[in-house]
Parts: sequence; C-alpha cells; structure tokens
Amino acid sequence: MGSYLVRRFVLALLVLCLALLILFLLIYAVPGDPATIALGPRASEAQKLLFRERMGLDDPLVVQAVRYIGLMLRGDMGTDILSQRPVADLVLAALPRTVLLALVGLGWAVALGLPLGVVSALNPNSWIDRVVGVISTSVVALPSFLMAIYGLMLFSVTLGWFPAIGAGEPGDFGDQVRHLVLPALAVGIAWVGYIARLVRVSMLEVLGENHVKTYRAFGVSNLRIALRFVLPIAVVPVLSVLGVGMGNLLSGAVLVEVVFSRPGLGSLAYDAVVSRNFPVLFGSVVVTTALYVTANFLTDTAIALLDPRIVEEG
Amino acid sequence: MTDASLAVPRSRRPSLGQSGAILRRLASSPAGAISLGFILLLFAVAIFAPLVAPFDPIAIAPRDRMQPPSAVHWLGTDQLGRDVLSRLIFGTRTALQVALAGTGGAFLVGMCLGMVSGLGPKWIDSLLVLLNDSLKALPLILFALALVSIYGPSMVTLGVIITLSMAPGYFRVVRNQVLVLRNADYVVAAQAMGASWLRQSMTHLLPNLIGPILVLIAMDIPAVIGIESGLSFLGQGVQPPNASWGTMLSEGYAYLRQAPHIALTAGAPIVLATIAFTFFGEALRDALDPRGAGDRR
Repeated sequence: MGSYLVRRFVLALLVLCLALLILFLLIYAVPGDPATIALGPRASEAQKLLFRERMGLDDPLVVQAVRYIGLMLRGDMGTDILSQRPVADLVLAALPRTVLLALVGLGWAVALGLPLGVVSALNPNSWIDRVVGVISTSVVALPSFLMAIYGLMLFSVTLGWFPAIGAGEPGDFGDQVRHLVLPALAVGIAWVGYIARLVRVSMLEVLGENHVKTYRAFGVSNLRIALRFVLPIAVVPVLSVLGVGMGNLLSGAVLVEVVFSRPGLGSLAYDAVVSRNFPVLFGSVVVTTALYVTANFLTDTAIALLDPRIVEEG
Repeated sequence: MTDASLAVPRSRRPSLGQSGAILRRLASSPAGAISLGFILLLFAVAIFAPLVAPFDPIAIAPRDRMQPPSAVHWLGTDQLGRDVLSRLIFGTRTALQVALAGTGGAFLVGMCLGMVSGLGPKWIDSLLVLLNDSLKALPLILFALALVSIYGPSMVTLGVIITLSMAPGYFRVVRNQVLVLRNADYVVAAQAMGASWLRQSMTHLLPNLIGPILVLIAMDIPAVIGIESGLSFLGQGVQPPNASWGTMLSEGYAYLRQAPHIALTAGAPIVLATIAFTFFGEALRDALDPRGAGDRR
C-alpha cells in the first residue's frame, strides 16, 4: 500500500511538472517579447524590467523552464499588474468559493443521480428504467453555463424563487445558501446523468454476483441487499470517475460563476482576461491544474483504501 | 469516461464489410433514427444556410430592435435588429465547422500518437501516457482563456484548443485497443507471416479502431459545441458580427429582462444538438456491438 501511494504521488508530481512545462512553452514560445506576453499589454516598463530579471529571460530556454516550474511549485506566481498584490493570494482567496460551488454541484448530482441509478438497477428494462435512461442520456452533454442561463431565466427572473446574481451577504449564511442553490444545480446537472448511469451499470454487475444470490437465498429483502451490500461496492467505479470529473466540474463552475456574477476563480480569471491582467489569468490556470492533480491523487488513495485489490494489480 | 464501456470488437472487420447492417440496426432504434434525422437536418441547414435563412444574419436594422417573434421575424430580432432565426441558421454552420475541425484534429493527433504508443517501445509509451495525463490536467476553460489571450481569438486558436483538449480521449482509446489487438491471434499470425508494421496497422488494426472512434467522435461533438459556445459566450471564441450560438447567448444574456426570447432561442439549438449527438453516439455504439446493447446505456 505504502509503495503504491508513493508511486502514485511521484506520478502526480511528474504530471504536474509536465503540465506546467506545456503551459510555459505555450506562453514563452510565442514570437515577441516574453515579458510583454506573460504580463500583458498593460504592464509598465518597470514591471517588465523586474520580470525580465526575475525570470532570467537571457538564459537558455531549458534553464528558464526549470526556473518557471520551480517558481510555480513554490507558489510564486508573480504579482497582479493592477493591484501589485501577489497572484497567489488573489487566486487562493477565490479558490475556496469555486471549489465550494463545484462540490455543492457534485452534491446535487449525487443526490439526484444516485437514487435514479438505484431505482433503474432494481427494475432493469422496466418503463422507469427507460425513462431514467432517456433523462440521463439527455442531460449528460448539456453545457453548464447554458443550464445556468436557463435556470436564471426560469427560477430567478420568471418565478423569483432564487436570487439572480452574486454570492449573498457576507455573514448571512441563509442568504449565501439561497444564492448557491441554482448555480450549483447548473454545475451538477450533467453529472446527474453520469452518476445515474454508472450506478445502474455497476449495481447490475454486483447484483449478479454469488454473494448477492446467497443473501437472497437467506431471505434478506431486496431493498436491504441493494442498500446494505450492493451499493457500497457499486459506488467504487463512481468514485474513480469523480476524480477525473473534478476538472470538468471546475470548468463548468468557472462559466457558471460568470453567468451568476459570483466571485470566485472563474470571475477572477474572466476579469483578468477582460482587463488583460495576464499574471492573474495564468496563475489561476496553474492553481487549478495543481488542484486537479491533487484531486486525482486523493481519489486514487480513496480507491486504494476502499478496494485493496487495485493496489496488488499495480 | 466513455471508452471504459466501449467493447473491443472481436470480429476482424466490424465496420467496413458490415456497414449496411450497422446502418440498418442504427435506424431501427427510435433514438438512433430520430437523432440521425436531426443531425442530417443540422448539416443540411449548415450547408444551405444562405438559401434557408430568411434574412441577412449580420444586417443591422436599428428600428426593429428586440422585437418579439412575429410573422416577419419568426424568432424575433436581437438588440441590433438582426433576425434571430437567420443568425441561428448561420450559427449552425459555425458550430458544425468548429465541431468537425476540432474533433477531426483531435482524432488525427490522438490516433497517430496512440498507434505509436501502442506499437512502439515501452519508454515511448510511458512518455506519451505521461504527456497525455498532463494535457488532461490542464483546466479546459481557463487554459482556453489563457491561450486566447496570448494568441488572440480566431477559428484557428479555437481549433487548436479543442484539439489539445480532446486528443487525449482518442489517444487513450487507440492505445488501449492497439495493446489488446496486438496480441490477437490474427495479428500475431500476420506478424509471423512477415507482414510489415505499416501493413499490420492498415489492414488489421485500423479497421477495428473505426467503430470505437466513430462513437467517440459522436460523443465529443456535444462537448466541442459546449466549449465553442462557452468561449463565445465569454466573448473569447467566435468574434462578432459572425453568428455563433454562444455569442447570441451572451448578447441575449445582456438583454435577459428586456428581450428574453433571444437567450431562450439561442440556447435551444445547443440543447437539441448536444442531445441529438449524444443519442446518436449511444445508438451507434449499440449498433456496432449489439451484444452489449441491453446491459449498457
């Protein structure tokens, strides 16, 4: 187990470094002055000079790349062109809001998708199974920002059930929750389909196994078998998809934030695009990449703990 | 996600010799027939856009601003008095162009690297898998915003972004299939008879890859439409005055209270197209591998 996790960790670190290298090449391989490209057109000459010194732009590209990756890994992402504050501070302040949005979105997806998947698996090929199937296939590819706009039009503008924009009054927990419901639903809706389908397939698989037949022979009720013995095993494949899906969820959350004018990483990056404040934009890419790699590593760890067979297979 | 459920075809040429049978199976399921019909309609609309559209999509008519749907303008007009229906029709063209170019590029890159990875020496395989995982780790929308900021918004930038973000999916499917097929009896037999590397790939591997790849393309098109419209919504994709569903959405979003019909109708083709391509992909997968059709979905 220990060596498996160490291997996974090293691999995660390699993936992160390589992703940073790709980013570095895309920024610094552009023809033109790297300082202007990396800082954006609004940087002052003094800022560019400082940047040239810090990044050692006269060194060979390899040296620069290693230095860039080192700086990023240490969390040194430069300073905001406009406010002169460290980019890392800005991004880390915005990040928890976006992660919260993504996680609550995931919560919506599990709350809606899990029961649908279970009902489907317990009544395979029935009309209810078909209806769930059509719903899950339909929502799987719907872009979250579109769902956000439609949700906003229906529930906020027309019905007035939920507030339209912002994240709620600071300190007012109830208000913040009301502001979170709709954006989170928009982020999670596509995942309702994924989770329902995955739970259905993997539950059907487990339901056919011998130990389940034994429970049935002993007269354990179907519902109890499903919830107590089948679901815990069937959930493992769902978990492994969630790790990969984290990136997907975050991308969705970024767009949804812009639709609902919620402060967070998406709004931060979008404002940075509009104001040509490039260090903040690149910083948010770096931090999100690191977050994705971490989420995947944690998923691997969780799966290894839940299903030790994976560790032995390597 | 999708490739986990794609079964490896066991017969030698599942899609070339039997394409008629596959098409029949595809059309015999209601979901397959309806989605195929809708997709053909979309392509027809895109190809014949200038003939189908009742108005010039970029002709401004300030006097007719934000009119609700009427007999003249079936879906109303936008904030500059342009005909919404005509813009949607030309937007179909944009969406399908980007979708085909993006998935095509991703397919070519992913396919070539996947073949190299599956057939080449172990160290190249490990390196490419690592590169693939790294590319996947970059956050799609933020990464796209960064690239657009540096290189400027254009169809080429959009194509590169989509290729970079979608290629890992093709790479993985092709590599995994090749690794399985490489040890299949008929491939080993061909090898033993001295078939060249190129001949093996062309006659034995490629035909077996077509099915899963087609399914993946059908499943990726909705995602690409989502990326294009998302970036255009943020003003970083297709540039005005060109019509794109995403730019129309962002314009409609700005006038959500005064003229909700713009956002409402601009989103509709995105919803319909993504659903149609998803159902088509599923139906295609079932038609290619009818054995597993009942158990999956």
